[in-house]
Amino acid sequence: MEILVCVKRVPDSAENEIEVNGEGSDIERDDLVYSVNEWDNYAVEEAIQIRDNVGGSVTVVTVGDDESEEVLRREMAMGVDKGLLLADDAFEGADGKGIAGLLKAAVEKGKYDLILSGAQADDGAAQVGGMLAAMLDYPYASLVNKIEVGDGKLTVGREIEGGDQEMNEIAMPCVLSIQTGINEPRYVGIRGIRKVASLEIPRLGAADLGVEAAAIGAKVKRLDYFVPEMGDGADMLEGSTEEIIAKLIELLKANGGLK
Amino acid sequence: MTDIYAYITHKGGVADDSAMEMVAAAGTIDAGAAVTAIVTGSGADSDKVADEVAASYAKVLKFNLDALAYPNAEVVRKLLVNALPADAIVLVPHDTFGMDLSPGLSIKLDSSFVADVVAIEGMDGGALKVIRQEYSGMVSTHVTADIANGVVINIRPGAFSPDESKSAGGVVEDRSADAGDLTTRRTFLKIVEAEVGDVDITKSDVLVSVGRGIEDEDNIEIADELAEAMGAVVSCSRPIVDAKWLEKSRQVGTSGQTVKPKVYMACGISGSFQHMGGLKGAPFIVAINKNIKAPIFQVADVGIEADILDFLPELTEAINEL
Repeated sequence: MEILVCVKRVPDSAENEIEVNGEGSDIERDDLVYSVNEWDNYAVEEAIQIRDNVGGSVTVVTVGDDESEEVLRREMAMGVDKGLLLADDAFEGADGKGIAGLLKAAVEKGKYDLILSGAQADDGAAQVGGMLAAMLDYPYASLVNKIEVGDGKLTVGREIEGGDQEMNEIAMPCVLSIQTGINEPRYVGIRGIRKVASLEIPRLGAADLGVEAAAIGAKVKRLDYFVPEMGDGADMLEGSTEEIIAKLIELLKANGGLK
Repeated sequence: MTDIYAYITHKGGVADDSAMEMVAAAGTIDAGAAVTAIVTGSGADSDKVADEVAASYAKVLKFNLDALAYPNAEVVRKLLVNALPADAIVLVPHDTFGMDLSPGLSIKLDSSFVADVVAIEGMDGGALKVIRQEYSGMVSTHVTADIANGVVINIRPGAFSPDESKSAGGVVEDRSADAGDLTTRRTFLKIVEAEVGDVDITKSDVLVSVGRGIEDEDNIEIADELAEAMGAVVSCSRPIVDAKWLEKSRQVGTSGQTVKPKVYMACGISGSFQHMGGLKGAPFIVAINKNIKAPIFQVADVGIEADILDFLPELTEAINEL
């Protein structure tokens, strides 16, 4: 099976405090630790496991810049066969639809049975996989937490409300967005990354993809970043740890948290 | 102004709360808008839902067909593409169905898409201005969407307060005959219900709930010890289940359990909306987190800026000495 996994380089929100910069034009990007989007890691692991079971190859693709190459290499070190970087100054500022359009062009340059993405990334929009599927006119399923490979089709579980699982049969080629928890992504050490350090990663720009730079323009635009007013917010307990604990115990007693 | 439509999700013959919330959301786009509800389904259940939402929507378009018995987003998307005008404003709840449906719907309608909208500021020239959140709610952004060719807007459940006083007395129109071709390459098979665990967190009045801040599987016992001292039960947020440190049945959130405790101790939990969506009944929330920017501090009653790995054992000791 030929599998393409779409990944994204994002600020690691588990490692960073995300803060708005002085002008509110962006988040504070100095000193941010970047990594691959958490959901994408599960998608790559799933692709590798499917390939190991049924044969074929796995390609990872991202839309980004030079720095995105490190993310591709990290995923390649997990056992991915090929990397593909879509990079061009013209891609900057693309919205979700713009990104999906670039991925569509990349998909059409290859021949893939299965396309995976993470269920969502740093902006929480959860949109690129579904848009890509619609552009390709492939069937789509989101929030997938189980995949069984059949003959020309897959049985997939979707995580729905309450932790229930919605089982579907889906024809290939198709696009799936992968939910965390579907597997346990393998650990990648420095040595693994060194091994793939010299592998060539093809780089495709607007002209290679046959995409008109003008067609990428965003219809959905982010104007600013801000931190919303806290509203009532929590009453912050201050003082020494002993004082805080004493106050907390009183509050817990008053609200039924301690007998 | 373009027509506004809202897709109604429902279960067991009852409309989801988002049905009323989308009326409020539509009012923030155009206060005078006559909003049309779309109800799809089969049999008596969807008839009932159509009648129910007619009280709050100016018009209800009902599609009652066997093919729509289960809301398979691939089928519903085809129906909406067949039934909606090209430049429609379409509201959809940002739940597991809406996330499945909407991105592709916007492509098929050649309209804009804005996901997980928490507030709508209104029209700004030819664009609709909304508020979204990024980085699990740590920062917010203003976003504009060009709606000249229509827009699909996914509304965060619970973000808009329904105005119960508004009554529309709308008419229900059966449009089943206009559904068109609904064949798809994805077929719904069945629902596998979540496994029941050894502990029922929904039955406990006090929950000690742990998130990423617990850092390591071995540290779960810190929460166990506090829970024991308090006579509470340990629950958790999603990353703890993904890491397989606790069973799925312990997870609080829209993709886990819905709980109604009296007291909720959120320990090292950032407080994403998916997590908070599982917390009902207005419990007394204590948030303990070393990151003062964590969104949990916006919704908690009491906050403590501390590393739970240091704070919880001290709290446990103090309670045990009472």
